[in-house]
Amino acid sequence: MNVRLYLLQRATGAIMVPLVLAHLGVIYYATRVGLSAAEILARTRGSIGWAAFYGLFVLAAATHGAIGVRTIASEWAGVRGGKLDLLMWAFGLALVVLGLRAMAAVLLP
Amino acid sequence: MKSHTTAHRKSGLWIAAMVHRLSGLALACFLPLHFLALGLAIDGEAQLDRFLAWTTNPLVKLAETILVFLLTVHMLGGVRVLLIENLPWREGYKQLAAAAIAAAALAAIAFLVRAA
Repeated sequence: MNVRLYLLQRATGAIMVPLVLAHLGVIYYATRVGLSAAEILARTRGSIGWAAFYGLFVLAAATHGAIGVRTIASEWAGVRGGKLDLLMWAFGLALVVLGLRAMAAVLLP
Repeated sequence: MKSHTTAHRKSGLWIAAMVHRLSGLALACFLPLHFLALGLAIDGEAQLDRFLAWTTNPLVKLAETILVFLLTVHMLGGVRVLLIENLPWREGYKQLAAAAIAAAALAAIAFLVRAA
């Protein structure tokens, strides 16, 4: 891992600490009131606040996860060079695409 | 020689690092599925409701409890890494690693109690 990836990994991790705490809070709250599509969508649809929250969360998690997968593939599976970067980018971009699609599903009115 | 090369695996900090890595790997595997599940709402509320009805299965609740544990333990493990790398070493960090696992277990149990 080069210095840029190392710093990006740490920075996205630090950014996600409050986001994960808030996410856990939402999980506990939603579990208490009972999960339903109507309840979830009533909370999220058209909300700029939740869009900003989840947008940051998706980008940070995709970056953090892709770099983590790259490290594990390198250290445990011996993947090297271009394949390693291809894996990182493919995994990260797949997470961004799927994450933004999920956001569109629950946020767009 | 083998005992020399694996002796570090008895260290609490090595175990904490391994828990952090394995929980991260598990979360990386889960995240695409999480996004796909939320994406069901694209086809309307009914699709998402069908999925949510499936999640009331006790085995799914157990899997969700494990996920809450993994998310909490990975976050706390990450805080541990940031503290170790950015602050002077303190003896309490070993206890902190154990406390992180205990806190994650409590968070998971609290979720299970609410969800059950």
